[in-house]
Amino acid sequence: MFCKRLICMTLIKYPRILKGLGSFSFLIAGLVGFEESAVAQAYIPSDGSQVVETLRKDLWQSELSGLRKKVTAAPTDSAAATRLATRYIEVARKSGDPRNLGYAESVLKPWRVNGTATADMLVLQATILQSTHQFPAALLVLNQALKLDRHHAQAWLTKATIELVMGNYSAAKSSCLRLQGLTTPSIATACFCSVASLNGDAGKSYLTLQQVYNSAPEIDIGLRSWLLTLLGEMAVRLGDNKAAENWFVKGLRVDPNDHYLLGAYADLLLDQERDREVITLLADKNQIDGLLLRSVIALQKQKSPLLMEKINTLQQRFGAAASRGDTVHQREQARFELQLKQNPNTAMDFAEKNWSIQKEPADLKIVLEAAWASQRVSAASPMLEWMRQNKLEDARLHKVLAQLGGSQR
Amino acid sequence: MRAICPRSLLGVAFLLLLFVNPAHGHKPSDSYLSLKVEGDALVGQWDIALRDLEFAIGIDANNDGEIIWDEVRAKHQDIAVYALSHLKISSKERACPIEVSAQKLNQHADGTYTALFFKVLCANVSKIDSLGLQYSLLFDVDPQHKGLLKLTSAAGKSTTAIFSPDRPDLDLVIALANASAWEQFADYFKHGVWHIWIGFDHILFLLSLLIPAVLMLTKRVWLPMESFKMVVLEVLKIVTAFTLAHSITLSLAALQLISLPTRWVESVIAFSVVLAALNNLFPFFHARRWLLAFGFGLIHGFGFANVLSDLGLAERSLGLALIGFNLGVESGQLVIVAFFLPVAYWLRSKRTYQTVVLQAGSVGIALLAAIWFVERAFEVRIF
Repeated sequence: MFCKRLICMTLIKYPRILKGLGSFSFLIAGLVGFEESAVAQAYIPSDGSQVVETLRKDLWQSELSGLRKKVTAAPTDSAAATRLATRYIEVARKSGDPRNLGYAESVLKPWRVNGTATADMLVLQATILQSTHQFPAALLVLNQALKLDRHHAQAWLTKATIELVMGNYSAAKSSCLRLQGLTTPSIATACFCSVASLNGDAGKSYLTLQQVYNSAPEIDIGLRSWLLTLLGEMAVRLGDNKAAENWFVKGLRVDPNDHYLLGAYADLLLDQERDREVITLLADKNQIDGLLLRSVIALQKQKSPLLMEKINTLQQRFGAAASRGDTVHQREQARFELQLKQNPNTAMDFAEKNWSIQKEPADLKIVLEAAWASQRVSAASPMLEWMRQNKLEDARLHKVLAQLGGSQR
Repeated sequence: MRAICPRSLLGVAFLLLLFVNPAHGHKPSDSYLSLKVEGDALVGQWDIALRDLEFAIGIDANNDGEIIWDEVRAKHQDIAVYALSHLKISSKERACPIEVSAQKLNQHADGTYTALFFKVLCANVSKIDSLGLQYSLLFDVDPQHKGLLKLTSAAGKSTTAIFSPDRPDLDLVIALANASAWEQFADYFKHGVWHIWIGFDHILFLLSLLIPAVLMLTKRVWLPMESFKMVVLEVLKIVTAFTLAHSITLSLAALQLISLPTRWVESVIAFSVVLAALNNLFPFFHARRWLLAFGFGLIHGFGFANVLSDLGLAERSLGLALIGFNLGVESGQLVIVAFFLPVAYWLRSKRTYQTVVLQAGSVGIALLAAIWFVERAFEVRIF
């Protein structure tokens, strides 16, 4: 597959070769030859001291290997196992390397198999499932956790989050309400506001959340950056780009490597056609597919000569995910097909499949845009109806809504 | 149990995790296992990520975060033992020993992999019709790991499958037996013939162009052609133009050099039939029907390519398949022409040929194709 693409690339690069191919038989013969030579790609480096792979060596790794030894030495120590799994999930988030989610799962697995998993462990397992978009399975595991401990704040919060992502706002709100008294008031309020903001109370939620942010001066770094992200996203949806930028920049000061925040900020910049800033912002984040995607969209607007190469990189990564049966990337893939490859039909297929799994504003945006671009306007009516029922407000949707509305009339 | 505040246990930093984009940047762990019949032997290549091997057995001897080729080489024995202890291949309940022949490196989307080349020593490879595989690489340390299997028979047909902790065992029914190049060619040839015979849109397009080939338009009146030679020449021009055009685009599409949206292609094909039929009623393209054949032939080629790709192309025999399929299409088409031409020539001076075949026939074809067009372009079902 890989080589096939390379062949195409050379031919596209040198269209004259194609034009010059006098006879049809020559074309066939030439390409059969390519196929044969494409089989072997493996190589032996010429120099023994050649670096063939670079591993992450950071502070976490030594801590992780210490914890791992502890877990191996004391396999019945639930606190040690919980700590190790938690750390792996944190590393997955910070580095963007999903292998760590697998490592976390392997730590939890013996406990789950024995039926001795604690509520904490089940919440961690649900988080891993959520990261691979297995939302219904994650909810099942959370219910098990809540059976063990009805007052498990993290379980309620994770449950609310998954229900929010699935677009089940009433369930999410009631999960948030269960947080009252179980954790700090700011977390409970932020949870509720994050749902209400999508459910008809955009303006009010924004104001409330600002009060929460201002009245809690010495809050934990993690909570701070969560609040700032929520505030930024709310401002974007309310159409206040200036305020949104303010929140995002503040959030990035708290954690400059927050991939989610970087993605949200890059989208804001892309909306304002500040492509150059996007490229600079994400320059060293190319290993994260979602961020590479934004960078490539910026490159496209800049008509950069690097564009084709980067599109191929992305295509390869999506291909690799597809060959293992992953569907985690569908939102990104829809955007890739729509904006970079100009394949609105393929984009719509991905966007619709994605919509059946998750229903965040970004999912709504891409499915509506793809419906419009692929002229499958009627396919957008369930989403429009859903939006109306939930009273979702989002300034970024105005353009596509006007297009769709215009065509319906 | 008492309520646990997230701050005390998991840390609030953890909260943000929940809202994190599914930006699975790097890539979950996969290994790429390919098995292939070559002659009388079953050979394999197994690509395993160096970073996975580092996690499982340790490769970076000096622990400096950089793996050099010498470090990999020093571990070749360990890698082979580790890997092969996690893969069992059997045929008819009898284990096939696996023998490593070489280790190289290979690049994949997320980094460098060791490429383990091996031979599977099953008895009578050419008679094997099913293989049992048990895969357990890395499942103990990373339950999200998957093994991506590609099995290629001697005929170049490949099957793919995915190993996961939920599905570590696979029984693959395969015909590893050698199908000769000639048999493959014949197979695709038959598909080609079959497709043109059941592909009414292609046939109707061609027939619409051929119906008037036995006639001559003089002063807005159709007159029968006198010379059989002229008729044959006219038919030859049209068929050649159509053949040439669709061969070009069929090849370009099958080789993945160009691709067009299926819906668009199918709609234009239907439209081309409408146009060709209308051209018989209102001759606007009369003397140069071969141009029409060539222009729309290009689009029909993409239609053939869709069929070919549905058949599933083995990468190794792509060229063979393409030629076989294309020749099949041409032959099927020639058979149709061979039936049509004498009948049309014989009927050409009868009045019924003009009224029934040319006029009514073209109206019928145009109507039918118009329905196809609407169905395909707007994705609705009329019948």
